Amino acid sequence: MREHHIGLAGLAAIGMIVTACGATTSSVSSSPSAHFPVTINGSSGATVTIIKQPHRIVSLSPTATEMLFAIGAGSQVVAVDDQSNYPASAPMTKLSGFQPNIEAIAAYTPDLVVASDDTAGLVHGLGALNIPILIEPAAKNMSDSYLQIEQLGTATGRVGDATSLEKKMRSDLASIVASIPKPARPLKVYHELDDTYYSATSATFIGQVYALLGLKNIADGATAAAPDYPQLSAEYIVSSSPDLIVLADTKCCHQDVNTVSARPGWRSIAAVRSGQVINVDDDIASRWGPRVVDFLRAIAPHVKQLEAQAA
Amino acid sequence: MLILGRRFARPARRPAALLQGLPYLVWAGAGFVALAGAAVLGVLVGPVHIGLGTVVQSFLAPIPWLHMTAIDPGQASILWSLRIPRVVLGAIVGAMLAAAGAAYQGVFRNPLADPYLLGAAAGANLGATLAIAFAPGSTLIGVNVVPLAGFAGAGLAVAGAYALGQTVTGLRNTTGLILAGVAIAAFFNAVQTYVQQAQTSNIRQVYSWILGRLVTAGWDGVLLVLPYVVLSIAVIVLYRRLLDALSVGDEEVTSLGISARRVRLIVVVAATLGTAAVVAIAGTIAFVGIIIPHTVRLLVGRSYRVVIPLSLLFGAAFLMLADTAARTVAAPAELPIGVITAFVGAPFFIVVMRSTRAAAL
Repeated sequence: MREHHIGLAGLAAIGMIVTACGATTSSVSSSPSAHFPVTINGSSGATVTIIKQPHRIVSLSPTATEMLFAIGAGSQVVAVDDQSNYPASAPMTKLSGFQPNIEAIAAYTPDLVVASDDTAGLVHGLGALNIPILIEPAAKNMSDSYLQIEQLGTATGRVGDATSLEKKMRSDLASIVASIPKPARPLKVYHELDDTYYSATSATFIGQVYALLGLKNIADGATAAAPDYPQLSAEYIVSSSPDLIVLADTKCCHQDVNTVSARPGWRSIAAVRSGQVINVDDDIASRWGPRVVDFLRAIAPHVKQLEAQAA
Repeated sequence: MLILGRRFARPARRPAALLQGLPYLVWAGAGFVALAGAAVLGVLVGPVHIGLGTVVQSFLAPIPWLHMTAIDPGQASILWSLRIPRVVLGAIVGAMLAAAGAAYQGVFRNPLADPYLLGAAAGANLGATLAIAFAPGSTLIGVNVVPLAGFAGAGLAVAGAYALGQTVTGLRNTTGLILAGVAIAAFFNAVQTYVQQAQTSNIRQVYSWILGRLVTAGWDGVLLVLPYVVLSIAVIVLYRRLLDALSVGDEEVTSLGISARRVRLIVVVAATLGTAAVVAIAGTIAFVGIIIPHTVRLLVGRSYRVVIPLSLLFGAAFLMLADTAARTVAAPAELPIGVITAFVGAPFFIVVMRSTRAAAL
């Protein structure tokens, strides 16, 4: 009985982790210049006012860390959480974004904290200490991602850098998408999050990225059960026979084309037969930052190859 | 419970009471029918539709003189590599958990005893969490290290609880054991939670593991658990008469010239071995070990000569049905099987309890 409660609690916890993207989109209401103070309309209706340009930023979100460094605000960052492993120059600490400890964060005397979720009373706790906190939740699509880059630009006084990063990402993505021929029939993709077949539907950021490439996501068949991150049954994956399998569990679960083809019944899947099983970095595939361009660059050649074979 | 049961006993309002008079052999027959029915349903129903004719054809194709053509290889691999091993494993896990639950209830003379009472689940979860955190992806003699660590953790926890329980004096023997088990489970849970919080990047896998791995199990999983389960069930079945004596009291066993402590140890070791093996492969599936034996007691009788064999049959049937629901209700998505066993099992059990003599507990 006790173990059962743990099971349910675990389920809830997975829900919390994977569906941490339920928050609303937010918008910038300040002028595009770097003149402080600035006010940012964050998610959940809260507005964040930053009095002067921050120089002691603490980031508890790996994606926000990547964005901050990409817009040249890296020198303003004093500490990042234990999951912020990119770029290598980010000052990684033992701070946790899952179980944030207000005291430990406050010890860095931050003038801005960026996080992806308001867990463990983070906003309330930092509010009591008058430390401004910006919540940048998991993006649902590229627009969300661009908006967050703009907001971080405003918050750090690097509006120009943020705008040029956004422009660069937009043009890179457009040229990758343009390089792929229009499919005769949509190719089917299976995106794997772990070796118990959790996947991501088109309602998620990564699902939207596949949609950009014109791919049909087999996880969309399971949206009735879980709109964003369903656990697919093996029978369904095998019978769907996806043309492309993308393994976003190469680091967590050490999966690769060999382990996938050794699974019972999986050898009949089109992607396994043709060797179109792609290893991606778990982190790149689970973040909504600038490296989404790298992700698309890794996938695009496979899509091109399959389209060429089909033609 | 006893007094209440008698005071409010109104036979006319208890339809299941009619079933209580049926002889054991009728129930055994019903058990086999349930087992066969659940197996057939499990093989026929799944997220991918495979028609009855195709399934029959697939079963008959290997027989040479029938000259049947083989079915589509894609459907054949879904049927034989994915669905049938899962149905078989469901039966093994269900039978094992129900029998282990019954055995534990006898050994501890406690209706709330389940196979995880002495910390088997907490130990398995800790072992698996450690393996996921510190030895990800490694194998030992070709077998993934995670289930092995789960198996070892379960065994270790129960051994620890047993050793600790034996040192407690002044309490009735089983009470000391149960308390030791509770303490060990709490301690292992604490360590497990600590390791998991310190390794947040692995949190998903840990929960996936705890929620159960029937999803990915194939024939290799069946082969991995089978020897332990066969041994464990054999011992429990052989000891069913001694469990009857033990459920009356230690003196009853002693009067037969047998050490009650030894009987207890052998049954606990056997039940733990089987439980550890199925937990290592299937994760922690709650409630089966409690409701199946109690339902048998309520409907058929309290003797372990009846409870053990019928728990095996109905436990296997119940878990096969629960797993069929787990993979079809939300298809093509999966539901955690533990959710099904408790969601369906708890109300069912309450109905059985209300409609029979509660005094039978």
